[in-house]
Amino acid sequence: MSELFVVAEHRLGEIREITFEMLWKAGELAQEHSHTVTAILLGHEVSPIAESISDRADKIIIFDDERLKNFNADIYKETIAGLIEESKPILTLIGNTSRGMELAPCLAVRAGLPLATDCIDIMFKDDKLIAQRQMYSGKIFSDVSFAPSAGYILTIRSGVFSKDRIGDRQAEIVKKDFPLKDMPLKKDFIEFVETAAGDVDISQAELLISVGRGIGEEENISLVKELAEALNGVVSCSRPIVDKNWLPKHLQVGTSGKSVSPKVYIAVGISGAFQHMAGVSGAGTIIAINKDPKAPIFRTADYGIVDDLFKIVPVLKDRVLETKKG
Amino acid sequence: MDIVVCVKRVPLTEEVDLVIDGQKKGIKKDQLAFVLNDWDNYAIEEAVLLTEKHGGTVTAITVGNEDDEEVLRRCLAMGADRAIRIEAGDTSRFDSFGISKMLSRVVKDLPFDLVFTGVLADDDYCGMVGMMVAEQLGITHANMVTAIEIEDGKVRTTSELEGGLGEVSLIELPALLAIQTGINEPRYVSILGIRKAAKKELKVMDLSELGMSDEELSPMAIIDEVYLPPETEGAQILAGDPDKIASDFLEILTKKGVME
Ligand SMILES: Cc1cc2nc3c(=O)[nH]c(=O)nc-3n(C[C@H](O)[C@H](O)[C@H](O)COP(=O)(O)OP(=O)(O)OC[C@H]3O[C@@H](n4cnc5c(N)ncnc54)[C@H](O)[C@@H]3O)c2cc1C
Ligand SMILES: Nc1ncnc2c1ncn2[C@@H]1O[C@H](COP(=O)(O)O)[C@@H](O)[C@H]1O
Repeated sequence: MSELFVVAEHRLGEIREITFEMLWKAGELAQEHSHTVTAILLGHEVSPIAESISDRADKIIIFDDERLKNFNADIYKETIAGLIEESKPILTLIGNTSRGMELAPCLAVRAGLPLATDCIDIMFKDDKLIAQRQMYSGKIFSDVSFAPSAGYILTIRSGVFSKDRIGDRQAEIVKKDFPLKDMPLKKDFIEFVETAAGDVDISQAELLISVGRGIGEEENISLVKELAEALNGVVSCSRPIVDKNWLPKHLQVGTSGKSVSPKVYIAVGISGAFQHMAGVSGAGTIIAINKDPKAPIFRTADYGIVDDLFKIVPVLKDRVLETKKG
Repeated sequence: MDIVVCVKRVPLTEEVDLVIDGQKKGIKKDQLAFVLNDWDNYAIEEAVLLTEKHGGTVTAITVGNEDDEEVLRRCLAMGADRAIRIEAGDTSRFDSFGISKMLSRVVKDLPFDLVFTGVLADDDYCGMVGMMVAEQLGITHANMVTAIEIEDGKVRTTSELEGGLGEVSLIELPALLAIQTGINEPRYVSILGIRKAAKKELKVMDLSELGMSDEELSPMAIIDEVYLPPETEGAQILAGDPDKIASDFLEILTKKGVME
């Protein structure tokens, strides 16, 4: 029997859903292997956050200090490394988020523990830990095992586990003194900045026609715009289109863009990376147009058109216009 | 401002039927085309832009074989001043720990104010090497960096968080920054440019020169097995000629209530 650590992620006073997802998976593993679940919560004035997860963990260890008001990976790393040394949890779960991806590799080196990132499942096979993950943008899966160690660190992809409560738990709250009050900070938080809002709000659209890197050149985007116009839909896009400055950031769908929930989402030349698909989980119907039959997007889309977009999109547009003319 | 940029050469896998190798530890790569990892392309560009503005040098570094020198030459053509390749034989026997140990061992002895990596490598999708190098060098860091400004001895960065929120920080030098795509517009590199850059220094160091052995680099995480994605129900494919596809497409849109 051992402890499973879950590093709680929160932002601007609110718990992040990934925390619930990690607690769910930890709860499931705890049930199967008689482990206990310990949530690690660092922050300032975090009692409401502790409250929101108190029925999902057996223990919540809280460090509450003014200096923890803003996330700082150096401080998190040192504090959690200390806890790991003390309690020797068999697993420490961290979100594969912007912050988790900064924290976990440093912590692994600092604590001398093996790490696998962006895991989509965790299993113990004959007591041997196996982490399942994806490579080559989801076209290949891999099972990762580890050199023998007292503990392991895994980062967990958002959205793969349930947000539900699992099992009956009532957390013992353990408040600890923050040990690093005098640690010099090499990084100061300044402020949060938000993406400028645009003239259209894609999160409100009923029909989105979304363009991805498969469009090749900036001038080809007009093809997709014309289809959108014919359909009275709104144009959105994947990240590379924004990275190239071909369309503005407020039209980007995905984890670092917007979450959308149209009735129909038409993805044109988009491969279906999980950071993109996470943004369309609320879509009613997804239609993918891609010339690669092995593109991961066909695994989650409802309908697929396997064809060259330059051939099929103009045909679709013409047919829409014809039908409308009646 | 001296900047070291860690870069990796990765295979292009879209529109390719990937084939698992006999050992089931990886994919067959002999038929694949290779490129500079997208994130690293932005990282090199950012380093060159910063040194164009503030002076200093850019060093590109990779752990890889002779074929991987191709991406170092590309970096030199983009404006890096010199390149280093760490020759370690078949790199697939190492994990990110091992790779980051080699990189930090070399970077430690270079003059640097900043170290850049990409957020992710497009092949393994690990996103580990950068922050591991930072920890081994004992320097502070920022992840998912989408903007950088140098301000008297410090660097002001914007890190991207989920949902379009950016976090601005002021960081002491030296620091490691993991660069996110979109931070700049990487310049075009011509064949001629690459040929011209051939004069620049490209140094090769092997593990014995680094005083490193396979033992201390032995992996902590090991790929047991790779496999094709488990079957899912998947999309219903609209088949037939374009005309038939268009009819089916319209029918779906009508059924879902988005066609007036
Ligand atoms: C921290 C982080 C956050 C991220 N956030 C986001 C996000 O919010 N949103 C997002 O979208 N991405 C995000 N990404 C990037 C993501 O990982 C992928 O790189 C990106 O989604 C790929 O975009 P794409 O599908 O347009 O391009 P690609 O993956 O390059 O796919 C292009 C597709 O077009 C197809 N194609 C090519 N030519 C044609 C043709 N003629 N006809 C038909 N099909 C064609 C190809 O087969 C391919 O499948 C993020 C990444 C990171 C690391
Ligand atoms: N073999 C390598 N040589 C040099 N840099 C690397 C290597 N592998 C990874 N990196 C760097 O680490 C970043 C993240 O890679 P990864 O952790 O493999 O996803 C890449 O964008 C590179 O900057």
